[in-house]
Amino acid sequence: MSGASPTTGAVDSVFIFIVAISLFFLVLITFLMIYFIIKYNKKRHAKAEDIHGNTTLEIIWTVIPTIIVLFMFYFGWKGFEFIRNAPEDSMEVSVTARMWSWLFEYPNGVETDTLYVPVNTPIKLLLNSQDVIHSFYVPAFRIKEDAVPGLQNYLWFEVSKIGEYDVLCAEYCGLQHAYMLTKVKAMPQEKFEEWYEQMRQETQSTYASSDSTQMSIEASPKTSMAGSRLVQTRGCMACHSTDGSKMIGPTFQGLFGREVVLIEDEKEITITADESYIRESIMQPNKKLVKGYNPLMPSQEGQLSDEELNAIVEYLKKL
Amino acid sequence: MSDSVAGSLAAEKNFYQEKTHKGILAWLLSTDHKRIGIMYLFSMLTFFLIAVFLGFLMRLEMLTPGETVMGAHTYNSIFTLHGVLMIFLFIIPGIPAAFGNFMLPLQIGARDVAFPRLNLLSYWFYLTGAILALLSLFTGPGPADTGWTFYAPYSLRTGTNVALAVMAAFILGFSSILTGLNFITTMHRLRAPGMSFFKMPLFCWSLYATGWIQILATPILGITLALVLMERWLGIGVFDPVKGGDPVLYQHLFWIYSHPAVYIMILPAMGILSDIIPTFARRTIFGYKAIAFSSLAIAFVGYLVWGHHMFTSGISDTSRMAFSFLTFLVAIPSAIKVFNWLATLYKGSIDVTPPFLYGISFIILFSIGGLTGLILGALATDIHVHDTYFVVAHFHYVMFGGTGFVFFAALHYWGPKMFGRMFNSKVSYIAWGFLFVGFNMLYFTMFVLGYMGMPRRYYDFLPEFHSLHVVATVGSWILIIGIIIMFVNLYRGFRYGPRATMNPWGGTTLEWKVPTPPPLENFDKIPEVKHEPYYHPRNQEERQ
Repeated sequence: MSGASPTTGAVDSVFIFIVAISLFFLVLITFLMIYFIIKYNKKRHAKAEDIHGNTTLEIIWTVIPTIIVLFMFYFGWKGFEFIRNAPEDSMEVSVTARMWSWLFEYPNGVETDTLYVPVNTPIKLLLNSQDVIHSFYVPAFRIKEDAVPGLQNYLWFEVSKIGEYDVLCAEYCGLQHAYMLTKVKAMPQEKFEEWYEQMRQETQSTYASSDSTQMSIEASPKTSMAGSRLVQTRGCMACHSTDGSKMIGPTFQGLFGREVVLIEDEKEITITADESYIRESIMQPNKKLVKGYNPLMPSQEGQLSDEELNAIVEYLKKL
Repeated sequence: MSDSVAGSLAAEKNFYQEKTHKGILAWLLSTDHKRIGIMYLFSMLTFFLIAVFLGFLMRLEMLTPGETVMGAHTYNSIFTLHGVLMIFLFIIPGIPAAFGNFMLPLQIGARDVAFPRLNLLSYWFYLTGAILALLSLFTGPGPADTGWTFYAPYSLRTGTNVALAVMAAFILGFSSILTGLNFITTMHRLRAPGMSFFKMPLFCWSLYATGWIQILATPILGITLALVLMERWLGIGVFDPVKGGDPVLYQHLFWIYSHPAVYIMILPAMGILSDIIPTFARRTIFGYKAIAFSSLAIAFVGYLVWGHHMFTSGISDTSRMAFSFLTFLVAIPSAIKVFNWLATLYKGSIDVTPPFLYGISFIILFSIGGLTGLILGALATDIHVHDTYFVVAHFHYVMFGGTGFVFFAALHYWGPKMFGRMFNSKVSYIAWGFLFVGFNMLYFTMFVLGYMGMPRRYYDFLPEFHSLHVVATVGSWILIIGIIIMFVNLYRGFRYGPRATMNPWGGTTLEWKVPTPPPLENFDKIPEVKHEPYYHPRNQEERQ
C-alpha cells in the first residue's frame, strides 16, 4: 500500500471502489434521463403509453443495488478493521486535547505540543480531552477519532515517509477551533532515538534541582524556564497572552501583585493576585472568575505535578 | 376521477375573498388550510432568504485566508444560525407545512384537514419558536455559537445565548408533531368516496410516512433539548463529564431524532416529484406501490441509522459495524424510487416545463448526494471524511439539490393554483441555469475540499485549500443570482402575471379539478374518485 501511512491506502482503496461504482450508476441514470427526455419528448412522441409497472424490473433493481451495497459495506468494514486495530508493538503516546491545543505525552515522561515520531514504527495514540469534545485528524493518514472528556479513545498510524503532516481538530470546539493545529514530524529511527533521549534528560534535569528546598526553587532560573515551556506545551497560550493583550482569558503580563476584580458566588470581590491566588486559579479556575470572562478553563487538578505547578508560578511571577 | 367536480364555479368566491376577520387577522386567525399553508410558505421563505444571506456571508469569509469580512466569533455564530434557520425554520416544516397544508385536503377530496384549529395552533407554535430564535440573536450574551447540533459539553459551557435557541427548537418541535398528527388523521378519515389508500397521489403517501416520523421521533428531540436546559439551569449532570455525565449520550439522543428528521426533509420532496413526473410525462407513474412502500421503508429504516453520525465518537466497533450495515440498507428504497421515476419517463410524452426541469434536477443532484452518502456510510472512508467539507457537500446535495430544488419546482407547479396567476417560463429557465451551475460549482468543490482534509466549521484554512475555496465562493454568487432571478420572476408572475386557468399543466390529481384559486371549502360537492391518481384519459382513448 502506498501513501503516507498504511492507513492511507486502506481508506483510499475503499474510496476508489465506491466512487467507481457510483460513477457508473450516476452516468447511467443521467444518460437514461436525458435520452428519455429527448426521445419521448412530446414533439417526437405525441402519444404516451401507460405502463403501470413491471415486477421483474422491480425485483432486479432492488436485488442488484442490495448486493452492491452489501459489498460496499463489507469493504468499508474490512478497511475499518485495519485502521482500527493497532499492531501489538505500537509505541503508545497519550494525547490530551483542550481548547485549543494538543499535548503529547511519551512513555518516558517527555511532553511536547508537536507529535515527533520515528518512521516505519506503528504509533498508537490514546486520546483524551480536558474540556469539550475535540477530534484528532491527520488528513494525510486518513485517520480521525474524537477526543471526548471522560472517555479514552484511540487510533493508530505508521508514517512511511519522513516529513511533516498537518494535525487538525475536526470537532467544533469554539472560538479558536480552526487554529487548533499542530504537526506530526516523522524522523528517521536513529534521529528520533537521539531526540527522545535528549528530551528525557532535559525533562529530568529541570526538576532535579527541585528536590531541594522551596527557597532554591524560587532562586532557580531553570525552574522559571521549565515554567515557560510548560505554559507553551500545556496550551495556556491559546487563551492567555504575555504581552498584555486581552484574549479568551486575562493576560499573564504583570499579573503578580495586580488588583483583580473577581466574581465568587455571584458576588464581586477585589483581591491582589498573589501566589496562592494563582495556584487556586490553575487548579480550580472557575471557583473565582475574573470579571468579564467566561468559565471556560478546564481544571488542571491531576494534570500538573507539584514541581510543574511551582515552575509555572515562578514563570508567571517574572512576567 | 369525476370531471363533474370541475363544474362551472366561476361565480364562486375564491378563498382569498372569504374573510372571517379584517386585515392581518384574516390570516392569523384563519383555520382554512389554504391560508395556513400560505402563511407557512411566506414565513419559511423569509427565513430561507435570511439563511441564504448568512450562507453568502460565510462563503465571503472563506474567500481569503484569515479575516475577510468578520471575526471568528461572528463566523461561528453565523454558521450556527444558518443551520438553525435552514433546518428548524425552513426545511423541516418546509414542504409538509406549506404545500402539504395547501394541497393535501385538495388532493384527497376533503374540505379541510381533520383538525383545523390544531392546524392553526401548530402555526402559532412555529411563529413562537421563530420569534424566540430571532430574540436569541439580540438579547443576552449574543447568538449561540455551537453549531445547529448543540453538542455537549460545549453547548453547556459557552457563554452565548444557547438556552433561548434551544427553547426555540423545542417549541418548533411541537409544531411539527401537531402537523404530522393532523395529516395522518386527515388521510385516515377524510378521503373522498372511492379514494382508497392506493388511489391517493404519491405526495400524500410521502406526507403519511413523514407524519409518522414527525410524531414518533420529534418527542425525543424535545426530551434531549429539555435535558440540555435542565443541565444549563439546574446543573444536573446528564451530559457534562465533569458532573459524571456522558457527552456521547447527548449525540445518541440528538441523532435519534435528527437522523429521521433528514427523512422528514426529503420524503415530501420525493412525493412531489412523484406527482410532477407523471403530469409532464403525460402518463401514469411506473411502480406506484414500489414508490409508496419505499417511502414507508425509508421512514422505518431511517429510525435505525442514527449511529452513522457518530463513527468517530468512540462508540464500540460492533455498533459502528451495525450502524454502517443499516445505513447501507436505507440506500435501497431511495434507489428504487430513482429507477421508478426514470421508468416513468419511458414512453411518455414529455413536456419540459419549468416545474419539470426543476423537478428532475432532483434526480441528478439527489443521486450525487445519495451516492456520496455511500462513502459516508462505509466505515473506512467515513473515518477520513467525517466532519469535513465532504459531509457539508453531501447534505447540501441531498437537502438543497434534493429538497430545495423540488421546493422550487413545487413553487412553479402549484404556485399558479395557489395564487391564481402565471409566471414567465423563459425567465424560469434562465434562473434554473444559474442555479444549476452555481450549485454544482459551490458544493461539488466541497467534496474535493473535504477529501483533501478541510474540516467543516473552520473559520480559516491552510494555504493548500485556498484556490478551491475561491471556486466555491464564486459558485455561491452564481447560485444567489439564480435565486434572485427565480424569486423576482415568481413574485412578478404571481402578482401581475396573466390569470392561470384551472389546470394549466394538465395535471390529473384532484387539486386541478377545483377553480383557481380554490374556494373556501375547496369542493362544492365532494368528488367521487373512480380512477388511479395519474389517469390520463387521452392515453386510454388512443389505445382503443
